[in-house]
Amino acid sequence: MSLESLYQEIIMEHFKAPRNRGEIATPDVSISMNNPFCGDDITLHLALKDGKVSDVKFRGRGCAISQASASLMTEILKGKQMSDAMTSAMLFKKMMRGETKKHEADPLGDIVALEGVRKFPVRVKCALLAWSAFEEGVKGKK
Amino acid sequence: MASFGGVAVFNARMPLNPARVRADFPILQQRVRGKPLVYLDSAATSQKPEVVIEAMARFYRESNANVHRGAYKLSEDATAMFEGTREKVARFIGAPSAEGVVYVRNTTEAVNLVAHGWGRKFLKAGDEVLLTEMEHHSNLVPWHLLKRDRGIVLKHIPINDEGRLDLSRLDELCTMKTKLVALCHASNVLGTINPVAELAAKAHAVGALFLVDGAQAAPHMKVDVGSLGCDFYAFSAHKMCGPTGVGVLWTRPEILREMDPFMVGGETILEVFLDHSTFRDPPHRFEPGTPAVAEVAGLGSAIDYIESLGLDSIHSHEESLAAYAQQKLAAIPGCVLFGPRSGPRGGVACFNLEPIHPHDLATCLDQDGVCVRAGHHCAQPLMRRLGVVATARASFYVYTSTSDIDLMVESLNRTREFFGCR
Repeated sequence: MSLESLYQEIIMEHFKAPRNRGEIATPDVSISMNNPFCGDDITLHLALKDGKVSDVKFRGRGCAISQASASLMTEILKGKQMSDAMTSAMLFKKMMRGETKKHEADPLGDIVALEGVRKFPVRVKCALLAWSAFEEGVKGKK
Repeated sequence: MASFGGVAVFNARMPLNPARVRADFPILQQRVRGKPLVYLDSAATSQKPEVVIEAMARFYRESNANVHRGAYKLSEDATAMFEGTREKVARFIGAPSAEGVVYVRNTTEAVNLVAHGWGRKFLKAGDEVLLTEMEHHSNLVPWHLLKRDRGIVLKHIPINDEGRLDLSRLDELCTMKTKLVALCHASNVLGTINPVAELAAKAHAVGALFLVDGAQAAPHMKVDVGSLGCDFYAFSAHKMCGPTGVGVLWTRPEILREMDPFMVGGETILEVFLDHSTFRDPPHRFEPGTPAVAEVAGLGSAIDYIESLGLDSIHSHEESLAAYAQQKLAAIPGCVLFGPRSGPRGGVACFNLEPIHPHDLATCLDQDGVCVRAGHHCAQPLMRRLGVVATARASFYVYTSTSDIDLMVESLNRTREFFGCR
């Protein structure tokens, strides 16, 4: 397993220039989470409208993997029906557990580049942090 | 009677030869992706020399029996080793007798034993426990529970920007309300060695007891609980070439005799009736159930081993490695160092390489067979004080050489290139 396959170009690009960083003035969902293993944290803001995720912003401190995962996640979630957003979250987690079949995770787009993180077991939690915050934040919302 | 320890040859002032020492450690002979293993995480756990591994294996092969139970030779031998090691531990830390030596699992359990066995019995609402800003979670969280359950008040000695204790307000912090002062002998993050004897005198002057978390000190320097003025001293075998699963809480016997056990069962009792029981004298009152007998054999062998290298030699070896590492790290652009830059310190180099997150650093270094720790090091309050969420940490021991540090620095430079740092 090489560093290049862990830190793929798309991951480094999102790490260096994260999308949707910041805050929503009046978010419908605001949730903070941290990874007790490393102390990394994230605050995720969501605006929900007509059953859709109309806007997503995040702030946080973390490694390249966690920051890139959060950035890529915001692009996936933005504009999605809530039910589709939840399906994406489940699919991402399934991919990180190594349970997806070939091409099954392809609909997720660029973020499949994070699949290589599976070879580094302690880093899987870094990739999951933003997604866990999303799932926790929308619990009970439709 | 089988022998359990290695051969102790005292070379107290001989400089360490890390290449020769390294040959004693089977695990360090391996190569990782074709490169030598560079193990720089000894503050988390040390590697084990062949003599310690062999002492434990020999115990299982030749002498295994439960202690304090069987009226047969095998059990008598095991008991003699177990109690003989207790005396060896007492000598190792300068304690007058083995009576105060309680075997526990590790330093964390030792602090919990004090919090439960002494704290819950003697501390009342409003009593103060004085800690420091640089404590490991294991010397914070047990006191949090006593704050919640007994209403004790927690105070903390701050640190200065160099990473040493700021004692300028000590008189306000350490008062007649203070019942216990508890701190680390050496910081697992900063490498700071604290002025333990001075603080013990201050604690005793206000009638407080004095607890020292020696996890990062006992493996690295000569400890004398008498001259340091400790009432409690705790350390773990696994950070000093010994096995996991056994550690020591030394307590001044007159205090230990008054303490309650916090786990009870076999071994701790004198007489058991259906509705009550009476307890044995220390130290056995505090050692419920079958103990880690083979691990104690390993601990005894580990003490022999590090004493054969000489604790003073180990300390000066690590101090020079820390100075070397700090000098090499400081020369890397973007490297931020934490902890004292001069004066007495332990073999720890704590740093960040901006703007790379320490977790990414540790993963990249691992590709070159370099093992460092990244994270909060179980010291989140200290991380907040330093203004970071995490750091990288390289920590050294008897087998560490300057070439290990050179390999780490080379790998750090490659990592900078990979991340496109200028």
